[in-house]
Order: sequence, then C-alpha cells, then structure tokens
Amino acid sequence: MQEYLPLFADAMLLTLFIGWIGVIISVVLGLIAAFIQYFKIPVLRQIIKVYIELFRNTPLLIQLFFLYFALPKIGLSMSPQVCGALGLGLLGGSYMAEAFRSGLESVDKIQSESALSLGMTKFQALRYIILPQAISTSMPAFVANIIFLLKETSVFSAISLMDLMFTAKDLIGLYYKTAECLVMLVVFYLIILLPVSIVGSIIERRLRYASFGD
Amino acid sequence: MQALGIDALFRGSNFLRLLGGLGVTLELSLISVIFSILLGIIFGVIMTFKNPVVKVLSRIYLEIVRIMPQMVLLFVVFFGTTRLFGWNLSAEAACVIVFTFWGTAEMGDLVRGAVTAIPKHQYESSYALGMSKAQTYYHIIVPQTLRRLIPLSINLVTRMIKTTSLVMMIGVVEVLKVSQQIIEANRMTSPNGAFGIYAVVFLLYFIACWPISLLAGHLEKKWSN
Repeated sequence: MQEYLPLFADAMLLTLFIGWIGVIISVVLGLIAAFIQYFKIPVLRQIIKVYIELFRNTPLLIQLFFLYFALPKIGLSMSPQVCGALGLGLLGGSYMAEAFRSGLESVDKIQSESALSLGMTKFQALRYIILPQAISTSMPAFVANIIFLLKETSVFSAISLMDLMFTAKDLIGLYYKTAECLVMLVVFYLIILLPVSIVGSIIERRLRYASFGD
Repeated sequence: MQALGIDALFRGSNFLRLLGGLGVTLELSLISVIFSILLGIIFGVIMTFKNPVVKVLSRIYLEIVRIMPQMVLLFVVFFGTTRLFGWNLSAEAACVIVFTFWGTAEMGDLVRGAVTAIPKHQYESSYALGMSKAQTYYHIIVPQTLRRLIPLSINLVTRMIKTTSLVMMIGVVEVLKVSQQIIEANRMTSPNGAFGIYAVVFLLYFIACWPISLLAGHLEKKWSN
C-alpha cells in the first residue's frame, strides 16, 4: 500500500487546491451577488436572481459536464482544472449569495436608521452596524457551505481530473485492492474535511457570543 | 438547431429515453426521500433524549455524514461492502442505501432542530391550561413543529434529486448516462450534440427542482410568524 501513498497525496493536494480556489471564487461571487440584491440595483438584480435559481437547482455534476463537454462545441474550451474551479465557484457563489443575503436582511431596518440618525455616514453604518451583525448571523451557513463545497469536489473525477476519487477508482481497477483503496479514500477525505469542520464549529461557538438582542 | 446539436434529441425516441432517464433519477430520489423522512423523524426524536450514549452515537453518525462526500459513501457501499461480505448488491440498491443513510441524518437534524426550537413556555402554558400531555403534543407542539419542518423537508427533496445525479458514477443508467449514449450514437450526424443535449439535461434538472424549491420557499414565508 505504501507505494500508492504518494499518488493519494498528490491527488489530495489537487483536490485541496482546486477546492479552495473554488471556495474563494464562490465567496467573491456570493458577496457581489448578495450586495447587488441587498442594494436592489436594477437589471443586475434580475440577472443575479436568474443565476442563483439556475445554479441552486442543478447538480454540480451536470454543471461540470456542461462546462467541460458542451461549451467546447461552441468554441469555449477550458482545461479540466479551470472547469473544476469555475464550476465549483459558480455553484458555491449561488449558495453563498443566499447565505450572505439572508444575513444582511436579518439585520433590522431600525438598526441602519438609528445609525444614520446618530450622524453616521452610510459607509460607517454599513461597516460598524450592519456588517458585524450580518456576518455573525450568516456564519453557520457560511461554514456549512464551505464543507459542502469541499465535499462536492469528489465529483471532479467525472471530468478526468486526477482527484482522490479518480485515483482510488484507478488503483482499484489496476490492482483489485478494493478495501485498502477505499480506506485510503476515506482517510484522505477525513484529513481534508475534519479540520474545516472543527475550525468551523469553534468559529460558530465564538460568534454566538456576539449575537445581539436576545 | 443543427449547429447547436439539439436535432439529435428529436431523432427516433431519444427525447423519451432522456425523460425515462430523468424518471430513474426521480424514482431513486423519491424512494430514498421517503425512507429518510420516516427514519429521520425517528432518529430526530431519539436525538432529543438526554442519554449521553445516545448523544455520542448520534453525534458520530452526524459527523460522518457531514464530512464524507456522498460519492465516497457510494463507493464504499457499492465496491467495498460487496467485496468484503461477498454479497451481490445492485447499483440501485446501493444508491438507496447510501442516500437513505445520508438523508436520515439530514432529516434527523432538521427534526431535532424543529423540536428543540419550541420554547419551554409553550409546554408549561398548555399544562397550566389543564391540558394532558397527549393534548399538549397534539394541539400545541406537533403543529408548530410541522410548520417549521415541512418547508425544510421539501428542500431535502430537491437536494436529494441533485445528489442522485451521482449514481451515474457507479453505473446506473439515468439521465446523464442516457444523454452520453445519445451523444455517442449521433456523433456523425450531429457533431455538436454534446452542447444541445447537455443543455437540455441542465434545464431538465432545473425544471425538476425549481418548482419544489419555490414551493418550499413559499411555505416557509407563509408559515413564519
């Protein structure tokens, strides 16, 4: 089994790399989308709405197939790595947008009104009053989304990325060491996701102290 | 149409086959969802017990489901257990087992959340009004729990439909596999088939999930007081 360890390690690095790039894209996209919806910017808002509904209601596997196999037919080919990161980012963006938007909307209108009447500028109200409260409410959904996205990376093997699933499947096919490979698969996913899960629950617990009002 | 490769869809009974593939996906997810909701309600109620052993066990179960990708669970059940125990498991059965395992944890967590979200004073007030324990549950607790629970479990249905797209990876012939077959078979006559067919599959999934999400969102808004 030892000679396969480097293969799994390489695959894990690839999964981690593309997974976290996808997460970063999704956070950026989600923030943009959430702010567009929160400030009710016309036209853009409708586009964002369509994007969110479209990507929230389709599985990542289909999105990746579309990006990787369908788009080249109209002259837009990307490497599997780019497809993976982009697909994950687009999927995650729609989930993150919902999480951030519900966080922003959970802050009562009275809060921003009071801040403005205390003489704060709009930016100050957003920076010191709205965002801290919004962040602490959307944190659980945010952490859950990150774990969800990192889990979804297991689909990447479908577009011929050499990720953990692909490596495990390959080795099972080559050497018929099913049990060993599956154990390695589970262990490596634990290595990827357990720290995220633990750090996530610590952050959530700390932020719960910051909840306001009740 | 030729350039986009949608024409491959209308050759022979291709579109019907594609819909049949979607039917397989929906059927698998429906079976898994029914099992998960039933088992999840039981599991959720069990989780509200204050027994430490129950707490630790359910916590471990929840954490496994939270961390392990469904795909890994599918592989473990479909390739691992069959090799280990030497039994014969069809791909469909493996899917139902895995998605029920996953859905039960999700549903159980939702049930636990909904039950513990009922404030204690609801019980106390109804006892103070002279209601028996059964009456309290029937008239006060269960209706409130259901109102929180139903939109969330409808959401679980859409997530189940989306997750069952993975079954293609262990060889169930569902909508994605059928679309691959159609694309391969029509490679010569409509070389751009991949674009048209995958776009249609994308839309089919959307059409299957969107109304359900809308319904869940509508109910959630209607019942939140």
